[in-house]
Amino acid sequence: MKKIIFILLLSILSWNSSNALITVDITRGNLDPLPIAVSPLHVDSESEKIPSFETSTLGAEISKIIEKNFKSTGLFNPLKKDSFVQKPDIAHLKPRFEDWRLIKAQALVTGKLLIKNNKLKVEFRLWDLTAAKEMVALSFTTTPNNWRRVAHIISDKIYERLTGESGYFDTRIAYVSETGPKNQRIKKLALMDQDGFNTKYLTLGNELVLTPRFNPTNQLVTYLSYFKNMPRVYLLDIETGIQEVVGNFPGMTFAPRFSPDGKKIIMSFAKDGNSDIYSMDLETRVVEQITKHPSIDTSPSYSPDGKYITFNSDRSGLQQIYVMRSDGTQVKRITHGSGLYGTPVWSPRGDLIAFTKVRKGRFYIGVMRSDGTGERLLTENFYQEAPSWSPNGRVLIFYRETKSDSKGKGFSAKLWSIDITGYNERRLKTETDASDPSWSSLLSK
Amino acid sequence: MKFNKAIKNLFIVLFSTLLISACSTAKKAKVDTVDDVYTGTDTVEFLAKGVPDRIFFATNKSKLTTASRDTLRKQATWMRKNKDVTVTVEGHADERGTREYNLALGERRANAAKDYLMTYGVSGKRISVISYGKERPVNPASSPLAWSQNRRSVTVKAN
Repeated sequence: MKKIIFILLLSILSWNSSNALITVDITRGNLDPLPIAVSPLHVDSESEKIPSFETSTLGAEISKIIEKNFKSTGLFNPLKKDSFVQKPDIAHLKPRFEDWRLIKAQALVTGKLLIKNNKLKVEFRLWDLTAAKEMVALSFTTTPNNWRRVAHIISDKIYERLTGESGYFDTRIAYVSETGPKNQRIKKLALMDQDGFNTKYLTLGNELVLTPRFNPTNQLVTYLSYFKNMPRVYLLDIETGIQEVVGNFPGMTFAPRFSPDGKKIIMSFAKDGNSDIYSMDLETRVVEQITKHPSIDTSPSYSPDGKYITFNSDRSGLQQIYVMRSDGTQVKRITHGSGLYGTPVWSPRGDLIAFTKVRKGRFYIGVMRSDGTGERLLTENFYQEAPSWSPNGRVLIFYRETKSDSKGKGFSAKLWSIDITGYNERRLKTETDASDPSWSSLLSK
Repeated sequence: MKFNKAIKNLFIVLFSTLLISACSTAKKAKVDTVDDVYTGTDTVEFLAKGVPDRIFFATNKSKLTTASRDTLRKQATWMRKNKDVTVTVEGHADERGTREYNLALGERRANAAKDYLMTYGVSGKRISVISYGKERPVNPASSPLAWSQNRRSVTVKAN
């Protein structure tokens, strides 16, 4: 991943967190989204022309991305621009609060940008219209090509200020792109911005690839590849494109995931009909066997503090979810409901485990506490699985497949997201069919 | 009038065809699985005359049925006669499970077949296994019949 330097926080003009300003509660489904006006960013007339894109409309484009991000949360209601009452540059200096209140806006985003010496300088402010106060004022300098990321970072800063939690807009999704008929699917590793833009394909589709997962710094992806018809866990450096097999196991390795410190990969190793969980230290290449049981043990996922591992096992007869210490001791089954449970993934906040449940031929995505209590099923469908957490632990992304007819027609695989409140289910646009999503952490922390 | 009659006849013919085909599919589905395991021959190919290439499994199971063991004994006999042949046993699952568990399940099914072949005198060196999980359905439909045909292990000549 390209290392991008943002000169951040040039100025924090004011930060009135002690005052009772507007807040957005994200802990429940929001039936009353906050009306917010996102003014187009004013483009400084001294801005240089850049051959690759239109400078004059850049401010409007950035505000559109911010609006789209806000809308996708279900927590905000971006107002239509044709009702806006003030010019962007004047509003940015100081809005006429009472005029903005007339169009029922409670928050206002203003900003301006300047392109000079091949640098893009963006400044924005968030205003509380009810209290008639500035809530955030920040500026960034970056290369002009990063303009979409600037929009995402602004979105994150505003989300953070209004909800009190970190955002998830300046992030990427790694996934498997799918094309071709159902029984001859061509699968490629793909990468896109969280909003579906800047799609890149990381493999050519010559071999089957599955289950990509980011490392904590988002520079590496670990995944399963059938290169030379030998299913093994691989590591891919996104920037250099260099791929390497992880460990020389005499059999299939699969279901890889990074440890929270990024130093290890945990995965399943299948031999002679038995799958157990192993970890490998990426630096020393030391392999450690963590489970030793004649049943299937797979889909391991570390707790964010690295002390525990949740995993999927059929040692009780059918697929259930277990938790153990990361050295493999104190194994405890945590699911006891009717149905099968799979794909446990620990929330980045540590409080919840997301999972797939199969019951009476239907598939559910759900969450529960890490001791198995408080199970909540968020969505039901014909087929869906493999949840992955947004970096703030508030949204899950997963994939859903549709039923096909006797010729395999009607089949599709798409990415979907849902808030852990159970509200705000939405489909993510992808260039092709898609599965096995992995949500990165925030790219700029 | 004649025309009307002709149409009427046509309808009768059409309708009875529909009825017959409906009956035959219903009947077929019943006959083709026993205890959730496919027992038909629709997708089966042959390694040699009288030596079927695949066996079928119940949902989430890797236990060999009587019919599966019979097929594997035929494969073992054929392999003992053809000493130069090496095979790959491919394990598969249906689309009604999570991807990662299905990979493990496919591996378990392929090894169940491999173990049985070894019991009947085929050296393990001549048998490699690979799991495709739910990735390579033989029947792409989303139906109980298709799923039963996809829960399989297939012995494929490797040389």
